[in-house]
Amino acid sequence: MEPAGRRRRRRRRRGDGGARTVRSGLHPGLPALGSRGARLGLHGGCAPPAADNRLKTTKYTLLSFVPKNLFEQFHRLANVYFVLIALLNFAPAVNAFQPGLALAPVLFILAVTALKDLWEDYSRHRSDLAINHRGCLVFSREEKKYVHRFWKEIHVGDFVRLHCNEIIPADVLLLSSSDPDGLCHIETANLDGETNLKRRQVVRGFSELVSEFNPLTFTSIIECEKPNNDLSRFRGCIIHSNGEKAGLHKENLLLRGCTIRNTEAVVGIVIYAGHETKALLNNSGPRYKRSQLERQMNCDVLWCVLLLICMSLFSAVGHGLWVRRYQEKKALFDVPEADGSSLSPVTAAVYSFLTMIIVLQVLIPISLYVSIEIVKVCQVYFINQDLDLYDEETDSQLQCRALNITEDLGQIQYIFSDKTGTLTENKMVFRRCTVSGVEYSHDANAQRLARYQEADSEEEEVVPKRGSWSQRGSIGSHQGVRMMHRTQSTKSHRRTGSRAEAKRASMLSRHTAFSSPMEKDITPDPKLLEKVSECDKGLAISRHQEQPLAHLSPELSDIFDFFIALTICNTVVVTSPDQPRQKVRVRFELKSPVKTIEDFLRRFTPSRLTSVCSSTGSLATNKSNHKSGSSLLSNLSNDSVFLKLEERLGQPAPSLASNGYSSQAESWASERKPEPGQEQELRYEAESPDEAALVYAARAYNCALVDRLPDQVSVELPHLGRLTFELLHTLGFDSIRKRMSVVIRHPLTDEINVYTKGADSVVMDLLLPCSSEDARGRHQKRIRSKTQSFLNLYAVEGLRTLCIAKRVLSKEEYACWLQGHLEAESSLDNREELLFQSALRLETNLHLLGATGIEDRLQDGVPETISKLRQAGLQIWVLTGDKQETAINIAHACKLLDHDEEIITLNAESQEACAALLEQCLQYVQSRGPHSTPKKTEGNVSVGFFPLCSAPPQSTARGPSLSLVIDGRSLAYALEKNLEDKFLFLAKQCRSVLCCRSTPLQKSMVVKLVRSKLKAMTLAIGDGANDVSMIQVADVGVGISGQEGMQAVMASDFAVPKFRYLERLLIVHGHWCYSRLANMVLYFFYKNTMFVGLLFWFQFYCGFSASAMIDQWYLIFFNLLFSSLPQLVTGVLDKDVSADTLLLEPQLYKSGQKMEEYRPRAFWLNMVDAAFQSLVCFFIPYMAYYDSDVDMFTWGTPITAIALLTFLLHLGIETKTWTWLNWVACGFSILLFLTVALIYNSACATCYPPSNPYWTMQTLLGDPVFYLICLITPVTALLPRWVSETASPSPGLFFRALQGSLFPTQLQLGRQLAKKCRKTLQTPKERFAQGHLPQELKAELSQGGTGSPSESLSKDCALQTSQHLQQPPVCSPEASGEPSTVDTSVPLRENSPRGSPGSSIPGAAVSGECPGHLRRKSLSTSRAAPLQSLFSLPNFSSLGCVSSLSLVSGLGSVLRFSSSSLHVDKRDSEFLSSSPQPEQDLSGLQRQATGYV
Amino acid sequence: MAMNCNPKDEVDGGPPCAPGGAAKTRRPDNTAFKQQRLPAWQPILTAGTVLPTFFIVGLIFIPIGIGIFVTSNNIREIEGNVFMYYGLSNFYQNHRRYVKSRDDSQLNGDPSALHNPSKECEPYRRNEDLPIAPCGAIANSMFNDTLELFLVSNESDPTPKPIRLQRKGIAWWTDKHVKFRNPPGEGTLEEKFKGTTKPVNWPNPVYMLDSEEDNNGFINEDLIVWMRTAALPTFRKLYRLIERTDDLHPTLPAGQYFLNITYNYPVHSFDGRKRMILSTISWMGGKNPFLGIAYITVGSISFLLGVVLLVINHKYRNSSNTADT
Repeated sequence: MEPAGRRRRRRRRRGDGGARTVRSGLHPGLPALGSRGARLGLHGGCAPPAADNRLKTTKYTLLSFVPKNLFEQFHRLANVYFVLIALLNFAPAVNAFQPGLALAPVLFILAVTALKDLWEDYSRHRSDLAINHRGCLVFSREEKKYVHRFWKEIHVGDFVRLHCNEIIPADVLLLSSSDPDGLCHIETANLDGETNLKRRQVVRGFSELVSEFNPLTFTSIIECEKPNNDLSRFRGCIIHSNGEKAGLHKENLLLRGCTIRNTEAVVGIVIYAGHETKALLNNSGPRYKRSQLERQMNCDVLWCVLLLICMSLFSAVGHGLWVRRYQEKKALFDVPEADGSSLSPVTAAVYSFLTMIIVLQVLIPISLYVSIEIVKVCQVYFINQDLDLYDEETDSQLQCRALNITEDLGQIQYIFSDKTGTLTENKMVFRRCTVSGVEYSHDANAQRLARYQEADSEEEEVVPKRGSWSQRGSIGSHQGVRMMHRTQSTKSHRRTGSRAEAKRASMLSRHTAFSSPMEKDITPDPKLLEKVSECDKGLAISRHQEQPLAHLSPELSDIFDFFIALTICNTVVVTSPDQPRQKVRVRFELKSPVKTIEDFLRRFTPSRLTSVCSSTGSLATNKSNHKSGSSLLSNLSNDSVFLKLEERLGQPAPSLASNGYSSQAESWASERKPEPGQEQELRYEAESPDEAALVYAARAYNCALVDRLPDQVSVELPHLGRLTFELLHTLGFDSIRKRMSVVIRHPLTDEINVYTKGADSVVMDLLLPCSSEDARGRHQKRIRSKTQSFLNLYAVEGLRTLCIAKRVLSKEEYACWLQGHLEAESSLDNREELLFQSALRLETNLHLLGATGIEDRLQDGVPETISKLRQAGLQIWVLTGDKQETAINIAHACKLLDHDEEIITLNAESQEACAALLEQCLQYVQSRGPHSTPKKTEGNVSVGFFPLCSAPPQSTARGPSLSLVIDGRSLAYALEKNLEDKFLFLAKQCRSVLCCRSTPLQKSMVVKLVRSKLKAMTLAIGDGANDVSMIQVADVGVGISGQEGMQAVMASDFAVPKFRYLERLLIVHGHWCYSRLANMVLYFFYKNTMFVGLLFWFQFYCGFSASAMIDQWYLIFFNLLFSSLPQLVTGVLDKDVSADTLLLEPQLYKSGQKMEEYRPRAFWLNMVDAAFQSLVCFFIPYMAYYDSDVDMFTWGTPITAIALLTFLLHLGIETKTWTWLNWVACGFSILLFLTVALIYNSACATCYPPSNPYWTMQTLLGDPVFYLICLITPVTALLPRWVSETASPSPGLFFRALQGSLFPTQLQLGRQLAKKCRKTLQTPKERFAQGHLPQELKAELSQGGTGSPSESLSKDCALQTSQHLQQPPVCSPEASGEPSTVDTSVPLRENSPRGSPGSSIPGAAVSGECPGHLRRKSLSTSRAAPLQSLFSLPNFSSLGCVSSLSLVSGLGSVLRFSSSSLHVDKRDSEFLSSSPQPEQDLSGLQRQATGYV
Repeated sequence: MAMNCNPKDEVDGGPPCAPGGAAKTRRPDNTAFKQQRLPAWQPILTAGTVLPTFFIVGLIFIPIGIGIFVTSNNIREIEGNVFMYYGLSNFYQNHRRYVKSRDDSQLNGDPSALHNPSKECEPYRRNEDLPIAPCGAIANSMFNDTLELFLVSNESDPTPKPIRLQRKGIAWWTDKHVKFRNPPGEGTLEEKFKGTTKPVNWPNPVYMLDSEEDNNGFINEDLIVWMRTAALPTFRKLYRLIERTDDLHPTLPAGQYFLNITYNYPVHSFDGRKRMILSTISWMGGKNPFLGIAYITVGSISFLLGVVLLVINHKYRNSSNTADT
């Protein structure tokens, strides 16, 4: 697709490894190379043709199609093989068929494939054509104006003018925008699926232009990188004609495929066009993966090759002997060579060998590959079409991006899942916060969220199945339902009802992302609200004084700062819904963030400061006046603008009103401000959902973000009015720093403030160290420790935590930092690194304001899906970048971890520690092996609600299942070469594995490890860019097309809208695809072997001369035409078990995991069966026609017919579901054979030597023997299979003694079960939903003789869960019994003076080995590490009984505070309230820890 | 076999679009085919459902077998038309190179093929620069013994009375009239075959195979029969037809017969054997008891299996019942 050669030609090698230079295509000084076009800085006169914007994704041209396509097809080994065989046929000495005829099947296959390719290419060509002919305004030099041109005519160096909602045709450098600030918003949904707007900025130096940009005056030269596919990076500089240089960043580049939004018009110069654009460079086609089944099949194809060679060799030897025997005897039938000489036996044998290979070539199934491809395409079609995989909310169905690994879905053993966005919704809801050490629990908010769920689950009961779309009209009605008490609803909180509708409606009406009502309206905590308004009032009163904030108490001041930080420390863009922003705002002389030192000095001279101070007065009265200058004109215009704004904002918002939220919003708005509708009008577009959630939260506290420009942020407060913060710098979020900061000038105090928002682990380390001498410092410390304990609490709740901190900079500090920062910004080489360093310098010595807890709600149906997948025998590992506590809690929430599970936590500081820990764990795991029979397990078993299905006795021997939790650092050690085996062994023993804090690379390494070492089928599912590597490494990659863009989807094989669809995808479709394909492949082998067998037996009667009694036409077209359709229909449509049964009995999935359908034994059994059948099909006609006057082909034709009938009957036995399509296909096959035979046998009397089939079929049809043998032979041939199939499902039949393989498999039982269910249950679906199975079925299932205890256990689980659904979710009946969580962890260093009372396992071997860590980590003493293991205990009251060996990673010393933590835990388990008790313990702890530095 | 058409697999209507909601959704169509809910028959092979099949197969096959067996064994009395075969054993007419060694165009009377036979006929294509007619190894190795049958009617009359052996009517009608034709042209057959030579092993050229014009040359039925290559190394080929003269007497009345063989055809060299078979045919061909026996055997096995399965199934059901309770 990508013309790599062309691209390379256009690159110019430079010193720094290649860059490109772009000049204006209109520049008069350049040699006239046409009116426009790319003028690249290329040497000399060998200027290549100008790069145009033509899109060409087609592979072929008319001329190149045949050779190129053939060349590609011959990459497939099978095609080469068949062509070679066909060519071999041209050698007269060995030919078996007419040479032309032998080529037919190969040509047929090649032609079909070529046609398919041609069609695909043609559709690509058509879409290319459509895209190439889109119109765009391009500046023309002749006409001196913008003229319409097609996209394909755009060249590098052209100036294009784009309007709102236009799609960008190429990568364009933004030179001018209608926006007064030189801004432009683009939507990148086409590129990465993110629906939020991104801001782009005019190149510095052009933004100052007063008049409209004129391309003719553009003389600058742009130097930038050579084309690459990195969407998030663009570097370069623009050299103006006066020699000035300005840097270019990705904010200046408009990418092809994006859409201009909210901006009237922009002008830019094309930098990259056509295939050099980043969008196209990113677009790689579908991947080719080979499925496991196919690998296995290829292995069996090799067996077939071996068999073929053996048969041919046998035949060759036989022929040699035969020739030797008859040659001397001058037998009449021995035909000498053409020259009359006779062949030597050896030569004859060699010839015979080659001919045999040609004759028996059908053994290698030529049509198998084509058939498999056809079947897979159809399977993909059906998966795509499945209504149950269609997501109403997002209007998306499952996408299959890889066409050839459908059957792998049925064999998955390990699932590696991302957490955020995959298990959770990645829709953030503000839940709680703590400011200045005080917790605000927002109980009302929690209740509100609960109500959403109730409303949905309530609705679910009303809405009939498959009928949810009919609820469209009732969107708003459910909002009225408020105080519905929770019925004993057992339903999952699936949102198919009103909320789904509302969301979808909002999506359709182009609402931006992250703004579902759930996130938008937040019920403020009354206490906090009071405090906020108090400080608002206080500030409003004291705003004219010198230090307005000083009048507030430190707490209130913190609260104020906290909300300001929430509001402005982000990149949220405020937009109005439809029209582009018509900003007629008066422009600042200080435009954008401070750019130079002079700028800084100019801005921060005392005179200016006073002017600002004086202007604050006018700010109070004239809210929208941001300007310090006080010219009458500007004031006037300001007023008019403001009036306009008011007018516009005053309009009601129809979109929201229709959603049913308006009433609530209005009342809320009216109580606080006489500006109705404003909040509804404003919309926040955030880059990440956390940001939006925080801004919405702040707005709920009447601290609303109303405007954001590059240089200023406006915040609206009820009493203070609009505050405009001058935005000096924004240091964006990155995953290394894990925080973002803004530098602003506070309008009230005129101080320079840094607000930092980031992960608590990082921010807590950056706080200003406070001395414990003075009271203030002690207070600070207490606040910190309190905050930390609340953070831990949030983590236990599964909330995402963010810390908010602030730093006040003096002018000198700022100037000093600014200098360095500007240097970093302007440097070309090491920019990223320098900027990073610069950010580090700024973000230190912070003052902690507070922390927030944001809930990332679980996606619907995740716990159910996980338990189903578990029952299906899938191991689920969660690999997340989140921290341990959060991950464990989410894992608990989604039932990945059960509360009666033992959790092994692996946190190690060093390689050695990790090794020791692993050793310990392994010992522990082994020691609890089969001998230990904990009492509680017995209890577990006896709880079975149906006494019949009690598990086999072995299962009682197994203790509670284990889970492994490992953090990223330990994971890095565990993945080292010497430890990976141990780690894997341990992980294999565990029911679930949780890897926290893991990097994308680690994720992929884990997957790779499991895949290569355990030889297991792996599936990775994720939604974000950080999951891409994992998705690519796994056998099957599944992307979730969710909130985080399309990168995961682009890398995936399958894309699902939600995690819960994985259940149906794997358990139903995976199983079907696997079973269908496995059976089809087996059938193919059987069919070919059986057919070849017929020919082989004949060799014994024709002197091994490679003669064939079957006419060559039949021989060649048998597979291709006569017998292909029925098996395709079966391969596409057969359902061995119905979807309902599969979902009800997920353990049926295990048949695929264990490769029950297609394993070597099945293959060889099939071959034996084929041999038997071919014997029968050969010798019954042989005996029937023995010593008769039948001629060769009159005898061969019935054999062909018999073979066809046997195949169809065999397929009939194998087919589990007969639809009319199957019948039609079978009938068609027989009819086709008869028709072809009749036509062929009457077409030509003398053609088709050597068989001369004239009138053969017609004669046979008049012969009763023909019918008689056609009746008896298939029946006889299939008798054993018939009997074994019959006997196998019912154990005890006599064939069981013969063949161990014929035990009833789970699948067969499942089929019977489904059958009986259908008979027994009148309304099966309802009954299934309730989890009631008829007892006899259960009995049958458990009786079915599954040896595996886990299976029966999982059955138990299924029963229990189904039962539990009707009860309050007590996790297990024995929850009140002994706790089973044992924290086997090793103290790494024993330098805690308190020691650890419970640490009996000696960790001395490891202790003190890396003292360096101690120093480094000491700052974060109060982090969660020591607590986490304790917090993870599910049942705190019984903590004493647990032989807990707390492992500490963060501190490096074992901190034992069992009593204090018990307090926390107990309280935690009782009620998660805001009682501030435990903070003392924690602060004490922190003191103690810091003492060790 | 259980028959079960799922009643729930009704074909639903299309998706109910919201009124006015012209927005195109990607919702898949809710049709039985696309949702894989086509009404289906799901045979589940269990002892209970398959047992009747065994009995049915047994009950059908055994009578058929008996019928065939009786019919086959009844081909004993030499009544009706009697067919006279010659049989060859250990003669590989189905050898690959042998089977190919012919030119059907030539045998169809194509003049160009007559004078320029196909390469497949090598090395029996030309002899002394003249094209061989008919060319190829098959024709060259044609059976050329002469068999004559005499009836020694009674003791009193020792002179054997020759039985009239009909030479015509032994080949397929289509072979005689469509596939095989003499070369076109005027004049006698000899003139038509001018410029060709006889196959190496033949004593006489092709136009001297028979005295009758319509059984001579390529349309000589002995040649046609021989050219239809036998499927197996032990085969028989129809040699002559003994037509029934009148309904009162058997075609070959009981008595002493005398077979006169003109021995031309060497089979000793390759351990072959020659036979002469006289047989009538029934509606299902010549005498061959195999099919009858096969039907009876398969039918009996099937029936027996049915019984065994029935017994075991009965036992199993009992045991499973006790296990259930």
